[in-house]
Amino acid sequence: MTRETVLNAGLMTLLLVVPLAAWTFDEPFLITLATRAVIFAIAGIGLNLALGFGGLVSFGHAAFFGLGGYAMGILAHHAQTYTALATWPVAIEGTKSMPVIWLMAIGAGALAALVIGALSLRTKGVYFIMITLAFGQMLYYFAISWSAYGGEDGLSIYVRNGFPGLNTMDPIQFFAICYALLLIVLLSVNRVAQSSFGMMLRAARQSEDRVQAVGQAPFRLYLTAFTISGAITGLAGALFADLNRFVSPTMLSWQTSGEIMIFVILGGVGRVFGPVAGAALFILLEHSLGGSSEYWHIYLGAILLGVVLFARGGLYGFLAGREQADD
Amino acid sequence: MSLLKLTHVSAFYGHSQALFDVDLSVGEGEVVAMMGRNGMGKSTTVKVICRLLRNRGGSVLFDGQDIARLPAHRVARLGVGLVPEGRRCFRDLTVRENLIAAARRGAWDLPAVTRLFPQLEDRKDQSAGTLSGGEQQMLAIGRALMTNPRLLVLDEATEGLAPVVRQEIWAAIARLKAETGMGIVVVDKSLKELRAIANRAVILEKGTSVWVGDISALSHDITDRYLGI
Repeated sequence: MTRETVLNAGLMTLLLVVPLAAWTFDEPFLITLATRAVIFAIAGIGLNLALGFGGLVSFGHAAFFGLGGYAMGILAHHAQTYTALATWPVAIEGTKSMPVIWLMAIGAGALAALVIGALSLRTKGVYFIMITLAFGQMLYYFAISWSAYGGEDGLSIYVRNGFPGLNTMDPIQFFAICYALLLIVLLSVNRVAQSSFGMMLRAARQSEDRVQAVGQAPFRLYLTAFTISGAITGLAGALFADLNRFVSPTMLSWQTSGEIMIFVILGGVGRVFGPVAGAALFILLEHSLGGSSEYWHIYLGAILLGVVLFARGGLYGFLAGREQADD
Repeated sequence: MSLLKLTHVSAFYGHSQALFDVDLSVGEGEVVAMMGRNGMGKSTTVKVICRLLRNRGGSVLFDGQDIARLPAHRVARLGVGLVPEGRRCFRDLTVRENLIAAARRGAWDLPAVTRLFPQLEDRKDQSAGTLSGGEQQMLAIGRALMTNPRLLVLDEATEGLAPVVRQEIWAAIARLKAETGMGIVVVDKSLKELRAIANRAVILEKGTSVWVGDISALSHDITDRYLGI
């Protein structure tokens, strides 16, 4: 077992033990914090697939996060107001079922990432950053101006959506759902990373010419990675909206994109479990520093600078050492 | 019919012309040496063959098919395997990952490559960046072989390696020639080894193929004029 494996296991255990302890001692707020961390981790894992493995610095992942959120908000809104989502050409009803909402969120994230990726992956570097940012902002302002779904005020959902056999309003049960999804996402992304697709993606980050010379099209690799990435982040968005029972354009804003990126960088770019560590650390900082000052982002900024300058591999690079060739 | 045929190929980097008139043909099972001094267009010709650079004039046929409009990865899939200059492996991937990542079905698989280069077997879980120069070169050749190419292009495969390692690489190329029907283009500077292995030679001078013929017909006069040796 490498140090990284030990760290992964420790991290996942900690993320499970803290809310369980909070449940025993009846501290629902701590459970909510842990749930937030888990959901942010999923969003970060999504971005990490593009940023960490493909080297695609997307500054527009809030678009997928927010779309996931709105997928949940819109479906649940129609369900709670008993109005149809569409009547033509086929009648579509709203729903309060989480699995259906997740599928829609994943679909919305994937589709948006496919379209945005197909257009922005024609550019590189700074241009790619700016174009993904521009797409994110487009969706942000669209959501603000779309008054049918609350516009700037967002959409409130009165009762959290349902999952067969569980009471989702109970914090620990909702946490369990999110944690299970995190595990599924981690396992899937780990498999993707180990597959020949994952290897070629990492290879493409190093040299596109060499990847072409062995018969792979970098564009297709990037677009696939970007689409999967958008799908995962979309799922996280739906969960986040369900956690708050609220979705607003803030989820689509560039600050959200930045925060998702912070999870990845804090945790360790290109490590499968990195964003989990990053999101947990972010929540920890938000909670501990946020209490002391309204401007806690100043300290977060300083910490981020420290990580980028002195601990290039993020928390994982610091604790697990240099990236293992094979783990 | 030749496996690869370049006719009157010209190519540009932006506005500056790098190739003026290059002719080159490689048959199945044939080893062709591409020679010339630095900056004469050898690597540019390699790029054109692999479609990493478009030729502006002339034609590039692979197995009779015009590949001028194909993107690089399609050409690689048709069966052109490149061993790029400078031992370019995927540094962050392990040796094994480098080999299997782009593998395509065929006679060349992991056991076959490790039979050719036994050193790679001992290093299989090491990341490619930690290998010695010679091992990286072997890995780059192995990676190209794993795509089961019909034409193998070796760009300066022995450059900057210790003499004993160079001999290993030459021995491997000789085995490829003897045991497979691959067409092989070797870009190299060591005339002695090329004479031992190549069937034919092409000499480039200022982006033009100035001499084409059997390598045995390459006289001292010509090598002195174009290669300075």
